[in-house]
Amino acid sequence: MSGRAGLVVTGLGVVAPTGTGVARHWAATLAGRGGIGPITRFDASGYPVRLAGEVRGFDANEHMATKLVRQTDRWTQFALCAAEAALRDAGAHPSQEPGLDEYDMAVVTASSSAGNEFGQAELGRLWSRGPEHVTAFQSIAWFYAATTGQTSIRFGMRGPCGVVATEQAGGLDALAQARRVVRAGARLVVTGGTEAPLSPYALVCQLSTGMLSRSDDPETAYLPFDPRANGYAPGEGGAVLVVEDERSARERGAARCYGRITGYGATFDPRPGSGGEPGLRRAAALALADAGLSPKEVDVVFADAAGVPELDRAETDALVALFGPRGVPVTAPKTMTGRLYAGGAALDVATALLSVRDGVIPPSINVRPSPDIPLDLVTEARPGPVRTALVLARGFGGFNAAVVVGAP
Amino acid sequence: MSARRAVVTGIGVVSPGAGDTKAFWELLMAGRTATRTISTFDASPFRSRVAAECDFSPAKEGLTPQEIRRMDRAAQFAVVAARQAVADSGVEFDPPERAGVAIGSAVGCTIGLESEYVVVSDGGRDWVVDHRFGVPQLYDYLVPSTFAAEVAWDCGALGPAATISTGCTSGLDAIGHGAALVEEGSADVVVAGATDAPISPISVASFDAIKATSPNNDCPEHASRPFDLNRDGFVLGEGAAVLVLEEREHARRRGAHVYAEVVGFANRSNAFHMTGLKPDGREMAEAITRAMASARIGPQRISYVNAHGSGTRQNDRHETAAFKRSLGPRAYEVPVSSIKSMIGHSLGAIGALEIAACALALEHQAVPPTANLTTPDPECDLDYVPRTARDADLDVVLSVGSGFGGFQSAMLLARPGRVA
Repeated sequence: MSGRAGLVVTGLGVVAPTGTGVARHWAATLAGRGGIGPITRFDASGYPVRLAGEVRGFDANEHMATKLVRQTDRWTQFALCAAEAALRDAGAHPSQEPGLDEYDMAVVTASSSAGNEFGQAELGRLWSRGPEHVTAFQSIAWFYAATTGQTSIRFGMRGPCGVVATEQAGGLDALAQARRVVRAGARLVVTGGTEAPLSPYALVCQLSTGMLSRSDDPETAYLPFDPRANGYAPGEGGAVLVVEDERSARERGAARCYGRITGYGATFDPRPGSGGEPGLRRAAALALADAGLSPKEVDVVFADAAGVPELDRAETDALVALFGPRGVPVTAPKTMTGRLYAGGAALDVATALLSVRDGVIPPSINVRPSPDIPLDLVTEARPGPVRTALVLARGFGGFNAAVVVGAP
Repeated sequence: MSARRAVVTGIGVVSPGAGDTKAFWELLMAGRTATRTISTFDASPFRSRVAAECDFSPAKEGLTPQEIRRMDRAAQFAVVAARQAVADSGVEFDPPERAGVAIGSAVGCTIGLESEYVVVSDGGRDWVVDHRFGVPQLYDYLVPSTFAAEVAWDCGALGPAATISTGCTSGLDAIGHGAALVEEGSADVVVAGATDAPISPISVASFDAIKATSPNNDCPEHASRPFDLNRDGFVLGEGAAVLVLEEREHARRRGAHVYAEVVGFANRSNAFHMTGLKPDGREMAEAITRAMASARIGPQRISYVNAHGSGTRQNDRHETAAFKRSLGPRAYEVPVSSIKSMIGHSLGAIGALEIAACALALEHQAVPPTANLTTPDPECDLDYVPRTARDADLDVVLSVGSGFGGFQSAMLLARPGRVA
């Protein structure tokens, strides 16, 4: 809509199986170095799912005081680490930024399974030893809003707050919520999402969907759009973005601008079994209309890429309906990380912005698309101008979201 | 062209002491309390054994056996309240692509998640839990997005859907989100509300650990005492309220009954402490001031304040300061009450139940009381409508929420046609 200030991304922070830190993540992603491997955080050998994308070598104590480590789950620690990096990247120090009022700075995160490891430990204390063994931090570490709360406290951000839960679509819906609060007057928003779903009970919960891969080979555990597709590997981590009102970023002399968020759309699927068309195509069309772009102007699509044959077919249909057969390069760098749930779409947006910055489309690894699938799937890093990227995400149960990312 | 605005055309309620909207309003007007000794599990080893429970039979509410098996209690509440709201509104989702869903919840499917944990861990013994005992619903219990998905499936909405999970401000924030979807044009109708069913051992133990809940086990029906000198913590509750929010012109064209208009909303973080509140109430005051600014009204227009009024020592003092800070002299004139005195604190759900109460207050031109307020606290020196409901001339009403994470939310509802 005309007259509205643009939304720009001025800082990125990444904690992912591909690496902690934007530079490490991006180098691994372009090189096609996958981070999926055997689960090491506990003995998963007795489970039917034994592979995942773990964040290796993450020590929360390197990023925050012991006191804060003790009162937070790993999922929140990932986010605090990524938020600190993103704010540093943006050159925005909330407590000392001249002209940026503490009420002008907001925090909106995507949340999905929340404080799994922390919560399971406390449930264990309660049920094996008794109520008096539940610690004072359970009430603030387990619940879905812990990350937004701790982030606002850590960085002194007193503006609007938000927590959006739409499973794997959450990162995009949080970004849209960030855009809303900017349009309502906030100047800077810390947004994105992380997930730490690799504790035993959380993994057992995920098994119930039947959508996780049972492969023991990291090269076959997540093969979207491939005839061998057999589900997905779960993963942990995510990304945090600093987004700002464009004029405000310019006024404060923001260090850099990765790109702008120009379009968004969200839909919900018809009830399972009703036979209606899934909502993904509509979400993408809404996002393009919101950005004022035609499909021809899209240089790359970051696919949801479920790795579940039926869902891959539905996404293929949506892409063909919008772009025509092989009408646009499609990639799924999440084949290197596994599906990160609340962290997944946030990481895809970060990766899309890096793709725009460097003019190269990152690959989907391990996949050998069938010639019958009418998609131009990018399986080797592909150089070329990337001015506009469309990021798609679907959340378990029927959520669809799409975001258009544009060059600065 | 007048701006798009969300109006309330349907209300559905599952509350302690009331299975529908009519019974809910009667309970509030009677000043009756629905708090009692916890009956759903043996609470004897816990510090606080009081709660406001719903007498809820999913089968009687029309859920099928498979729906009952699939859904956690909190999801059942949400779906039942949503069905009531849609029926009350009479709205048709035409087209369904223009209908959205926004459901708040603080703690998700805690009951299902905990009870199944007990099985797979064999009573908390095993860290590497036994997946062979996992039920097919486990993932639905793990992720709070289940609520938005269940409600969207049930009512057939195909527009934007989300669960909003900002702890104890989830209800206000979800309705605020729903109103934003209508205002910005992403939807013409949004089914918006909140649900929580947190009365389970892990929640009770968590609040015991920080002494947030009332230990007044000898007198459960009087345990929730907002603004009273002898208050000693909140009383855990459960339930759901769901509204149909509709674009004003959309509602007018079909001749819908309008309970209220959503005219202002804002939220803020205190960036201070996950559970602690500064006594000055500054961030809640900021949220109220921003909500008034977004409605373009001043404190004089506010004729009722539905308080967060949780009944903890720090909250009621904090909130009283916030009202004085944001409303000025008007804080001393306007009636302020807390329905948590009657139906407890259902975490994320309560904000939606309170907005339902505000819409009904505008409809009936009466304000609910603060039950159990018998001994005034000198630090809480406003008019809290002690024990008895009151007729009132209501124009614009304010509802606030405050929660873990430091979140503060404020929403303004107006009588239809009263605020430009």
